Amino acid sequence: MTQPIGKAVKEFLAEAEEIVDQLNLDLLSLGDCADVGDCNPDLINSIFRGAHSLKGLAGMFGFAEISELAHNLENLLDSLRLGKIPLVAGTLNVMFDSMELLGNLVRGAGEGGGTIDISPAVQRINGCLNARPAAAAELQLSDLGLPDKVLNTLTEYEEHRLLENFRKGRNIYSILVSFSIATFDQDLGELTDMLKQAGEVISTLPSAGGNLEAAIDFELLVGSQQGLDEIIAIVNRDTAVVTLLGAAKRETAGGKPVAPAAPVSTEPADQTTSTAVAADISPTAKSISRTVRVDIGKLDELMNIVGELVLSHSTISSISSRLRLDGFSTLALELGKAAKNLERRLTELQKGVMEIRMIPVGQLYEKMSRIVRKVSREQGKKVDLRLFGADTELDKLIIEDISDPLMHIIRNAIDHAIEPPEERRNAGKDEKGCIKLSSYHKGNHVVIEIEDDGRGIDREKVRRKALERKFISETDNLSDHELLELIFLPGFSTSDTVSEISGRGVGMDVVKNNLTAVSGIVDVESTPGVGSRFIITLPITLAIIKALIIQSCARTYALPITSVMESLMIRQHDIMTVEKQEVIQLRESTLPLLRLSGYFGLQQAGGTPDEFYVVVVGVAEKRLGIIVDDLLGQQDIVIKAMGETFKGIRGISGAADLGDQRTILVLDVGGIINESMRGSA
Amino acid sequence: MKKILITEDSATMRSLLVSTIESLDDYEIVEASSGFEALRLLPREKVDLIITDINMPDINGLELINYVRNNPNYKDIPLFIVSTEGSEKDLEKGLALGANEYLVKPFDPARLQHLIQKYLGRD
Repeated sequence: MTQPIGKAVKEFLAEAEEIVDQLNLDLLSLGDCADVGDCNPDLINSIFRGAHSLKGLAGMFGFAEISELAHNLENLLDSLRLGKIPLVAGTLNVMFDSMELLGNLVRGAGEGGGTIDISPAVQRINGCLNARPAAAAELQLSDLGLPDKVLNTLTEYEEHRLLENFRKGRNIYSILVSFSIATFDQDLGELTDMLKQAGEVISTLPSAGGNLEAAIDFELLVGSQQGLDEIIAIVNRDTAVVTLLGAAKRETAGGKPVAPAAPVSTEPADQTTSTAVAADISPTAKSISRTVRVDIGKLDELMNIVGELVLSHSTISSISSRLRLDGFSTLALELGKAAKNLERRLTELQKGVMEIRMIPVGQLYEKMSRIVRKVSREQGKKVDLRLFGADTELDKLIIEDISDPLMHIIRNAIDHAIEPPEERRNAGKDEKGCIKLSSYHKGNHVVIEIEDDGRGIDREKVRRKALERKFISETDNLSDHELLELIFLPGFSTSDTVSEISGRGVGMDVVKNNLTAVSGIVDVESTPGVGSRFIITLPITLAIIKALIIQSCARTYALPITSVMESLMIRQHDIMTVEKQEVIQLRESTLPLLRLSGYFGLQQAGGTPDEFYVVVVGVAEKRLGIIVDDLLGQQDIVIKAMGETFKGIRGISGAADLGDQRTILVLDVGGIINESMRGSA
Repeated sequence: MKKILITEDSATMRSLLVSTIESLDDYEIVEASSGFEALRLLPREKVDLIITDINMPDINGLELINYVRNNPNYKDIPLFIVSTEGSEKDLEKGLALGANEYLVKPFDPARLQHLIQKYLGRD
């Protein structure tokens, strides 16, 4: 967390500290009463609510560790308050330690300090959840004979307290009282204070009384050892109606109150023995949540292993073909079958691991909503952000990497595209600007579009700037699209288009580079006075891909199959040259060509062949024909990063292992296309 | 201007809800830091929409929903629950009692805005 701390975050940290302080105090009181052996359920519930609030708040502000730790504590407290586990000394200690850690995390977040590993604490907390549950007689709420109206409004915790009171042989009373709307909280407070002397106030249900404007009725549920008369005396109001609930049921249940089946253990118990027995008698102490949080690094490792398995599979397949060639046809057939089987399972495994990595782009949308709110306020502009396709899924790593570019484009739209309200009114537009953010699948890609209804990109301004910076000359005759593309050139952005993201200036060229780094491509359309649209095309995942293995100048490369449209064989005389650019006529259109040998400066051994292959690659609407010497076939590859030393080499997005001890380079199709388009522009 | 009542005991969460709604620029907001406060505000303010938490110190959100839905003066007011994950059972009860929508914290501001506009329209 190196970002400056905003006002909202400060507010959060202040409240978080308050909550932690209160939790510490409550825990101390809980420790005291646990020693005595009589715990106030309200106290545990109050600590639970504290942890619960902290979890929600920390989650809202993206403090994952605080949220996670609070969440685990909340689980533990939930089990405690619902009587699923007993309160033992060991558990109390764990809670004290966790609370201290929580305090450190909150303070650390305020000071922008480093991270603290919370996993040991989480493990200890979860260890407590295995503690022996308090054995209790099976008792159903329905046994109590309470009206549905009351049962329906009880929270899970209140239901538990109700049962607990019943189990302890207490009488359950319903008390109906009516108070003036002006003073009800004070009156009710006094009444509940008195009732708490005699027992436990389980719930307070308000209901509309006869006099809607002036009065408010409450139905209190109270558990108490006291008899009906005593309770009536405590309530001491003529208008109040006190009823003993479930009494009939009690009588039929054998003429005596239901006795607690076993004493509720509040004694310190040995942690190890309690976990030992937990396995067979603790089916209830499980987490409500059905999800697990996993470090993406672990998924990467898993993906690597899958990738290596895929390679082992190719080795087995090739052994099978060799066997067949060597005349061991029966063996080859069997091995081939086994390999096919393995391949099917591998595909499933690969798909499964891939799916785990996928998260909905909606997570990005939240961030973007905040940006829009913040920036539009700063700028005094009115902006409506409309979101579409929030459940479109993308690889988590891609989502992370496109967050900044997306943020920049949106910021730019508010800063420069959306006009101030008055200007919009004068232009006959709604004074509230609109930014549409939509995501959808397109083949093997995900497309994210950012569309605004602002003033559009001023072509004249772009041309002037490009001339100033000598990107173009006066004589260049650019198409409209080529002109727009200039905004992505490095060094093109001026203070006009640079915005502060995470403390550093970012121009459109960086946006483009960031997107290229994840094999994405960005395109822009704009109509003056009407608005602009940025179209980002991204691969669904980067982890494992099908690739076309090609050869050029005796070197082998991989081309991600998702960007390969087709491949053709051509002869030298098919190639034409238009404005120094080699092209071929492909059906109705002209396809620009790129010689891989020329691009990488490779020496063609034995002169230029007359016949060669053209692999037509495309990302979004852009097409390019790459001239190669040979096509070696398709294969699954796992792309590995090139490491710091070779980072940023043009045209290369990574390396991959071919399985036969050979490592080859993977071509960065998006980058190559961009570069060649720029060259031709 | 349509009026929205926010019932939430956490001040920070309340201000997050407020800023989410404020950025729509279309609605007036009344805040209650407890269920009791909400009960007191309801007859005074003509509220068009209620947003409530479930876990609150005095009366819980379910009790508030039940009160609202059984009171002829308020029974038709749209009501959203904003609660933390892990309270699924309580959420279900809330919906059964007549809450119209629910959001789980950390809530998606855009979804909340969308829902508000869906129920209240724009001024």
